[in-house]
Parts: sequence; C-alpha cells; structure tokens
Amino acid sequence: MSKTFVHAPGYVSGDRPKIVTSRFEFADSFTLERYLATDGYKGLRAALSRPANEIHEDVKSATVLGRGGAGFPAGTKWGLTPQQVWPRYLVVNGDESEPGTYKDRLLMERDPHQLIEGCLIACYAAGLSQCFLYIRGEMAVAQERVAAALNEAYAAGYVGKNILGSKFSVDIILHWGAGAYVVGEETALIESLEGNRGMPRLKPPFFPAANGLYGQPTIVNNVETLANLPWLMNHGVAAYTAIGTKTSPGTRMVAVSGHVKRPGVYEIINGTTTFRDLIFGEEFCGGIRNGNALKAFVPGGGSAPWFTADQLDLPFEASQVGPAGSMLGSGAVMVMDETTDIPAAALTLTHFYAHESCGKCTPCREGGTWLERILRRVVDGDGTDADLQQLLEVGAMICPGAFPHASNEKLGLTAVPFPYKMTTICFVGPSAFAPVHSALTLFRSEFEARVKKRVTIPVTAISSVAANVGASA
Amino acid sequence: MSRLTDANTKLAHEIIARYPRPKSALIPLLHLSQEQNGYVTREAMQHLGELVGVTSAEVYGTATFYEMFKFEPVGKYLINICGTMSCALMGAHDLMHHAEKKLGIKAGGTTSDGVFTLAHAECQAACTEAPTLQVNYRYRLRVTPADLDNLIDNLRDGKLKDEFPPHGVLSQVRQTIGADRAVGAKAPEDVNESPAWLDGKAAL
Repeated sequence: MSKTFVHAPGYVSGDRPKIVTSRFEFADSFTLERYLATDGYKGLRAALSRPANEIHEDVKSATVLGRGGAGFPAGTKWGLTPQQVWPRYLVVNGDESEPGTYKDRLLMERDPHQLIEGCLIACYAAGLSQCFLYIRGEMAVAQERVAAALNEAYAAGYVGKNILGSKFSVDIILHWGAGAYVVGEETALIESLEGNRGMPRLKPPFFPAANGLYGQPTIVNNVETLANLPWLMNHGVAAYTAIGTKTSPGTRMVAVSGHVKRPGVYEIINGTTTFRDLIFGEEFCGGIRNGNALKAFVPGGGSAPWFTADQLDLPFEASQVGPAGSMLGSGAVMVMDETTDIPAAALTLTHFYAHESCGKCTPCREGGTWLERILRRVVDGDGTDADLQQLLEVGAMICPGAFPHASNEKLGLTAVPFPYKMTTICFVGPSAFAPVHSALTLFRSEFEARVKKRVTIPVTAISSVAANVGASA
Repeated sequence: MSRLTDANTKLAHEIIARYPRPKSALIPLLHLSQEQNGYVTREAMQHLGELVGVTSAEVYGTATFYEMFKFEPVGKYLINICGTMSCALMGAHDLMHHAEKKLGIKAGGTTSDGVFTLAHAECQAACTEAPTLQVNYRYRLRVTPADLDNLIDNLRDGKLKDEFPPHGVLSQVRQTIGADRAVGAKAPEDVNESPAWLDGKAAL
C-alpha cells in the first residue's frame, strides 16, 4: 500500500524492495542514532574487512548504474583512472537541478549518513584520497542535515583519520554551490569546485576520471549512485542483481509530477516498472487528475524528448527508451493532461535552459535565447507560420541532423533514436531545443492554430501604393 | 562592516585549509560574506581575494556567475517562486501574480520597507509538491494564494523568524573537523604515493 509521511513531504512508500529509502519512514532518519540502529555503517565495516580491489570488483559486477542522468556504470567509471597517478579525488554531485527531478535532495535531507557511508566505500574501493560533497546552493535544509551528520560521523570515528581504527583515512569536505544549473555537468562542477565560473570543460580528450579536479584523476558520482553502496555491501552482489533486470539492476528513485492524482517520489524496481505502472498504477500515481486523458509526458527530466500514450508500456530500461527516442535521465516524469497548453508548457522548459546557459558555446548562448524569444512570440499569439520553421532551423544549429523523437501511430511517425549530434560542449543547448522539437513534432496543430499566416504583399500592390503616394505629393 | 569580521576571518582560514588549493574556498567564503552583510560587497570581494590569493577581479568574475550572490541589498526575506514546468502546470503563474499584488511590487522588486524581495525562480527540486516557493532557500510546498497571504503576514509580523533566518544565512549548521580527526588537505603536487589502504590487504 502507498504510504506518505508528514516528515518527508513528496516521498511515497510502498510494498516494494527498498534499497535507498529504507529509513524514510522514521522521523529521525537523519540522526546517527537511528542510522546505527538500522544497520548503519555496517556496509563500511564489511568493505574494510576485504581488500579494496575486491570491493571495486563487487561494484562492477553489480552494475550499479549512475543515477545522475547518463546512466554510466559506476564501477566502470572508477576503473577509468590512469594507473599510478596520485592523488585521486571523489566529487559528489549533489547539485540536483534538472527540472522535474528531486531524489538527491530527499536522500540528503532524510538519510545523510547513508550518503556519507557510500562516499567512504567509494573512496576505499577506488583509492580516492579526498572527497568533496557538493550540495546545491538553494537547499538549506539538506546542507544542514549533511553538515550535522558529518560532524557526528567525524566525532564517532567514521570519517577522517584511521576510520574504525584502520589504515583507511579520508576527509569528506562539505561544499555548497550558489545557484547555477550547468554546474550539475561534471566538468562544470569541477570548475566551480576550483573556485571558478561553472563552465563545462571541453571533452574529449580529457574526462574527469583522467584529468579532473586540479588536473588529477577525479571520480564524479551522483548522490543516489553512492547511496546504493551501503546496501550493496550489506546484502551482496547477488541480492542486488536479483532486483530489476540484468542491464538495469536494483531500484531507482523517480519523481512523478504534474497532472497525476498522487504525485510523488517513488523508489521503483529498475528495468521492469513501466511508465503505465507508474502513471496509472494504484500503488503509484493512480492515474490522471479528474479522470482526464493523458496528453504527453516527459520521461527523464526537462532535457528529455517527450512521450505520449503510445510509449506508456516502455519499462525503465535505457536500452529500450533510447531507441524509442528519449532518455531516462535523472528519474523525473512530468505528466501533462488534456487541458495542457502545449506551446506554453514547452516554453517553461525552453526558458529554463536559455536562462541557465553558461554562455560558453555560441549555439547554446544565442540559440537558446532565440528559441525562447520566438516561442514566446508564438505563445503570445504574435507569431507567424514562418516562426515555426525558424524554431526548427535554430534548433538544427544546436543539434544538426535528425533530432530524436517518439513514434506516433496517429501522426504516422516512426521513432528517431536517442542521442542527438550536438555543436555544444554540454547538454544545456540541446535541452533548450528538446521541448520545442517534441512539442512541434507531436502537437504541431496547436502551434498552427496559434500563429498568423504570413501575408506576402504582391509587388503590384506595393507599386500602386507608391504611385498613390507620388500622386498626392 | 564590509570586510569579514575577525571571527569570520578565522573561520575563513579554517575553510581554506580544507582544500588542496585555496581558491576552491571562494564560493563558501562568498556565502560567508553574504551571511555577514546580507549581500556581497566590493570590500568583501577585495578581502576574499587577499585571503585566497587571487585578484578582486577574479573574485568578482566567479561571484557574478552565480544566481545566489547579490551585489546590492535585497529584502530580509527573499521570496523565490518557482515557474518551471511542473509548477507552471500547477498554477505557478497565478501564484506569482497574486504575490505581486499582495506585496505591491513586481517580480524582481523589493518592498519600500526592505522586508521582502520577490523573484522568479527556476526548478526548486520539489516538483511533486507544486507550486512551490522558497523563502531564503527554505521551502513552502503546495502553496495556495491564501497560504501565501498568511506567509507574508506572518513573516512581516516576525512570527516565523526561527524558521526563516534573514537573507544571506544559508545552512545554520557548519561543518567542524576536530584537529585530531582531520586527515588534512595537501596540494596535489605534494602527494606522489598511492593511498596506504591500497596494499592488496583488508584495511581492518
């Protein structure tokens, strides 16, 4: 049965396996006392009782997928650091700002010790000698909870010098951002952590695992990814891979917002749960509000191309959602019902990405702004049919070639698979175009109903006006 | 009172010492100065540059990139109303219009008594509880126009000052690392060996 808790607004519990939200039901889940009473820091002890390389192998064979957006396996990422280059760092990406997404904030507010334990296990396994925990600036309560938890954990000997009396020593440094979406991109995060403007670095040639913070090998992992590790250490690889599918094992947190009856953050089984389960299932959102029809949904955060009812039976499995024309991203589903003004909804997202462009790459800096202005003109009823073409042309300068979109039976569309080509370093630019492209591809008639036909004035008409002007002069 | 106070300067040195390179402390220190003064002053940026060993122009360059740093005074309570997709779908625009009417200012403005600044904000990571707002980066969820009226009245009457510290104060808990527990940060060039626990044996 679905259950909510006053102390954890947004989180909806259910009778499903819980890997990262197991303590959310306790009002004091963020304290060391509660953490220790519920298997806390046992995973760390288990990890330290074995050689570091074995722990790394466990994370690899469990295929713990990155939960930040790209879905890259954490164990593989850790293995990309060059041999014998020291020191190596861990940077924890808690700069969660993708529209529709919030799971990392809940994990930091509700179970900060689980995250700390995950950081320690990662540092031990991958030989990372200092950890920086970067929390989004606008999350004051998460900062407080993690700071308090770190202070407790340091005092109790779980973090710092000679952890649990062993030869393993690592500092976890708490760091706050100051409001910039693009800093969620890992190289921008590193720039920000170095005290600079948070602009992404060009890659390749260098990925952070090879050349990151201060030019050293750096692993950047998402909060939810690391929060999986204590459970994995406590229960073992076999128990972890027994949940979900072979390519997408375990669980993942998904926030479902918008026009559903019971919006919330759910921990779902990876790989098998479908969008239909999530949006219409009684144990999840229970359908669309007021019994309305579903119009469209964003399957993986504001950057993801949109789906319609045709894609409801797809599971949370990257190898199926990608070919269908979108991505799972950061675990955020935004649902629009039949009453939604589609061009206006797309505008809220395009405005977001245009606003958050860091300005480094021209196609994003200029293109995002153009997309927003043209779209706003259309939404305000001042656009012409030429503007719709213009939107696609500007988008093609950010993403040349076919842009991914879903199939649609009624419109006779076949899917164009994810990903896209891009002329920018990071995904902010393409993300400004994604909602425009999806909305225009799937709901073009709504745009056409809104724009004026461009009137071409015949040359003869102009010359007759000119003649009149001349005649009266 | 624009440069950091003696107590805050001491704290700044502690924060700087946690990083392998001093400039990494810049954003935390900008927050510290904003906490002290309510906004980031020129003198503070000069001081921070001295503390981390960069020019004040570099401090300014970093600071101006980030939305949360303000360079002129803002209201004691900064009300950020989210307008991104999930909130927009649930009535954020009406909420903003209501707030503008209630406060008698436009988004981006500050009330003449200096108590409130109203601003548009982007996704606040509470999308299922839309529409949302933050007062000094602390949440109010599923906000109705009546909730907003109450909130503003209560803030003005000083009834919520424990829940919402003045603008500039972010986390009210600071990380403290005891000298006996700290590993300490070394510049990367001073570390050439693999960590002690990578000797192929269990650490415990």
